[in-house]
Amino acid sequence: MQSETDVLVVGGGVTGTAIARELSRYRLDVVLVEKAPDVCTGTSKANTALIHAGFNADPEKQKGRLNVRGNELYHERIQHELDVPIEWRGALVVATDESERPKLEELLEKGQRNGVDGLEILEREALLEKEPHLSDDAVAALWAPTAGIVNPFELTVGFANNAVENGASVELEAEVTDITETDDGFTVETAKGEIDAEIVINAAGLYSDEVSAMVGIDDFEITPRRGEYYLYDKQFEIDIDTTIFPVPTEVTKGIVVTPTDENNLLIGPNAQEIDDKRDKATTRQGLDKVLEGAKKTVPDLTKQDVIKEFAGLRPAIKETGDFRIQIEEEVPGFINAAGIQSPGLASAPATAELVVDLVEELTGDLEEDPTFDPNYSGPPKVRHMSHKERAALIEEDPRYGQIICRCETVTEGEIRDAINQPVPAQTVNAIKRRVRPGAGRCQGGFCGPRVIEILSEELDVPMTEIKLEEEGSELLTDEIKQPLLEKSREGSEVNADD
Amino acid sequence: MTESRQAVTGDLDAMRREEHDLVVVGGGPAGLGAAQAAYDEGVDDIVILERDFELGGILQQCVHPGFGLEYFEEELTGPEYAQQFIENVAERGVDIRLDTMVLEVTHDRTVYAVNDEDGVTEIDAEKVILAMGCRERTRDALDIPGSRPAGIFTAGTAQRLINMEGKLPGEKAVILGSGDVGLIMARHMHLEGAEVEAVLEIMPYTGGITRNVVQCLEDFDIPLRTQQTITEIHGNDRVEGVTVQEVDEDFEPIPGTEYEIECDTILLSVGLIPENELSIDAGVELHSVTGGPIVDETRETNVEDIYACGNVLHVHDVVDWVTEESMIAGRSAARSLQDRVETREEPIEIESTEKLRYVVPDRISTVDPDREEIPLYMRVHAPMEEVFVTLSSGGEQLARTFERRAEPGEMITLNVDSETLAELPEPRLELDVVQREEA
Repeated sequence: MQSETDVLVVGGGVTGTAIARELSRYRLDVVLVEKAPDVCTGTSKANTALIHAGFNADPEKQKGRLNVRGNELYHERIQHELDVPIEWRGALVVATDESERPKLEELLEKGQRNGVDGLEILEREALLEKEPHLSDDAVAALWAPTAGIVNPFELTVGFANNAVENGASVELEAEVTDITETDDGFTVETAKGEIDAEIVINAAGLYSDEVSAMVGIDDFEITPRRGEYYLYDKQFEIDIDTTIFPVPTEVTKGIVVTPTDENNLLIGPNAQEIDDKRDKATTRQGLDKVLEGAKKTVPDLTKQDVIKEFAGLRPAIKETGDFRIQIEEEVPGFINAAGIQSPGLASAPATAELVVDLVEELTGDLEEDPTFDPNYSGPPKVRHMSHKERAALIEEDPRYGQIICRCETVTEGEIRDAINQPVPAQTVNAIKRRVRPGAGRCQGGFCGPRVIEILSEELDVPMTEIKLEEEGSELLTDEIKQPLLEKSREGSEVNADD
Repeated sequence: MTESRQAVTGDLDAMRREEHDLVVVGGGPAGLGAAQAAYDEGVDDIVILERDFELGGILQQCVHPGFGLEYFEEELTGPEYAQQFIENVAERGVDIRLDTMVLEVTHDRTVYAVNDEDGVTEIDAEKVILAMGCRERTRDALDIPGSRPAGIFTAGTAQRLINMEGKLPGEKAVILGSGDVGLIMARHMHLEGAEVEAVLEIMPYTGGITRNVVQCLEDFDIPLRTQQTITEIHGNDRVEGVTVQEVDEDFEPIPGTEYEIECDTILLSVGLIPENELSIDAGVELHSVTGGPIVDETRETNVEDIYACGNVLHVHDVVDWVTEESMIAGRSAARSLQDRVETREEPIEIESTEKLRYVVPDRISTVDPDREEIPLYMRVHAPMEEVFVTLSSGGEQLARTFERRAEPGEMITLNVDSETLAELPEPRLELDVVQREEA
């Protein structure tokens, strides 16, 4: 591991990877450290995957300004540069009672003030034409065509891979355990050794308060806010084309009904403050609330054809309800990018831009690296190809003709590609996030053992060491013969004593 | 959709094109039986497309005995049962393509298949038999809340890991669901040295056949707890335990009955779902109860010249019946290819009372002079004792069969002979279940 760097980014979520990539644009040594065996394992992996338009953004707040700018950046740059699925499906905020209409007008004005393009109020008829499954109670809606959906896994991996291609390094399983200030920066202790850095950027998500406290900045606390979701089979009969919000209240944006970039229907989240940053368990009560909330706008939803339920945690700073992206004046060289809850995904490119400005403020000057290439291409996606395109690809490389995941049509070639990316996929879930085996209706029932086998081959470790996600999540406990042999040996010892 | 920008530089017409009389999708017991029967009926241009690296389907991982009692009248293991048919199709020179996945079947029977040797092959088929089998219901289909650690497997995946990969998925297991796969895996995990804490079943009765309850649980003192289910899963990285609750008649957990079981593994054996994604895309109409295609007695679907058999059609309890059914499909497809099947002017509809969950087929639409009888397969909704299953038409009883004990887990067969069909008062058959004393 590189033991000296100009900038060290803590945290491999969408914010940390976007920052690392943006920094790799300059003549700087950049190292990103992530405690998990993969990027995108925390808040970035379990959310609604939306690029919010920004009509509800509060221009007085960092998160409001960055949302609007982030949306712009996705349109202008990110969608062209990174090989990541983004679809501009638009969003509807649906009023299901006349009393909610003034709120729509309010959002329209606010959105226009924020510079969000294309906003308009649609009346019932136009609304049902767009989304026939909407509730009979729907009276009108705010239409925001610039809202989008994105694949958050591919986005984060794209940022990370592109950063590495441009010279940054990403260290996985490198949890930060302590930070010491030195004369010219910091010494950061990680699970993989010490790194000296002039500037440390804290993008540690749920743990950003703890990392910040390591340098003595402990005036904020991250409260995990859990949101639960249901994800539906692609063949679910209720077809929803856009992202549907209920009218928001002071407390919540409400339960969203939205397609994903792969055309699964996703509903959620609720919001529950919890204590344990690792507690991503779903609850009966929470899930029931999600379905109930979703039915407010789309009443025909049922649990049938749900293929996955999950929960994600938003790292909220309760006192301010805002992001905290700033140079910490008391500790020169330390930049917090903390409290990045919703709309963190939508804001990520703008957050990165802002953080680079802060780095420039600290260093006085940043010199662009002329070799920087913003374009990143992921492996081919066989499932999106025509039969003819597939045939041609397989002729070049037969591994794309070997289907491993039946539900999502994922080939051996794509899985091996994922393991051999600049930031390698080393766990079953890492592969699932990148190329989708196990993301379909059978949830890995068929392909799971094959994926373990390929990982074991490529990483050159026994199958029993292959993990689902983090340390301790090994999937297989024993080689079959082992316990049997031990047991028979124990047995014969007992007999000998008799 | 943002397409992958990776350039495809190869030959844009690298697709192979072929024509065949019969394409069988799936080389498990159903596909093998269908191919064999079609060949024996006089068709020799047959291709079997199998996505796995060997024929035999799920039988290859079923190393326990108990197969073939009906068909071979002897007790075989799964691989032994499969091997008989693998040899039969090989002897007949059927074209077998392994590691070959069917991507699409169109309503006019163009089949697109992919493998690493031939790339994508477009096959123009006269007849297609769908024999893709089924898949297992997952945790999420059951809506069990809790954390998402490693250690949750479907029973079939665990079976594959143990029997084919030589790996034990865990050391202390709770099995949810008492279908046959769950029962067999309870015994198997136990024999491999793992502890099986309990088999939980939400229904008041087991979902498997009686033989398996005795041979897999009772013989090894593994407790079966009915009307109980898992209501929460614990553990962040690896499963650490489950919360179990008793359920009421509506399967709602009863408050206050919670207890916890410590375990590192959960095996789910909670039902099989026919794997009909290809069928749906081909325009095949599915049955709301079986999840498989709606077929006539020849196993032809609503899409002309596309047939279905085996677990893709409805989930069978024993493979012997899959074989019997697949032979009907293979033979029928062959006879239709040879123009030896006469379509009825009006199909005979088969209807059943609500005591029966479903019946396959749901109509009889051909006349075949060589056919002596037509078997009707059905399942009851709930266990019943001492009943007659009756077949009537226009109030007149035509046939009946006595069942000492009818269980949802055990399929009932009733044969209708062709002579009876020739003289029906009206083109309708009605199935009913009546208690013996009432009959």
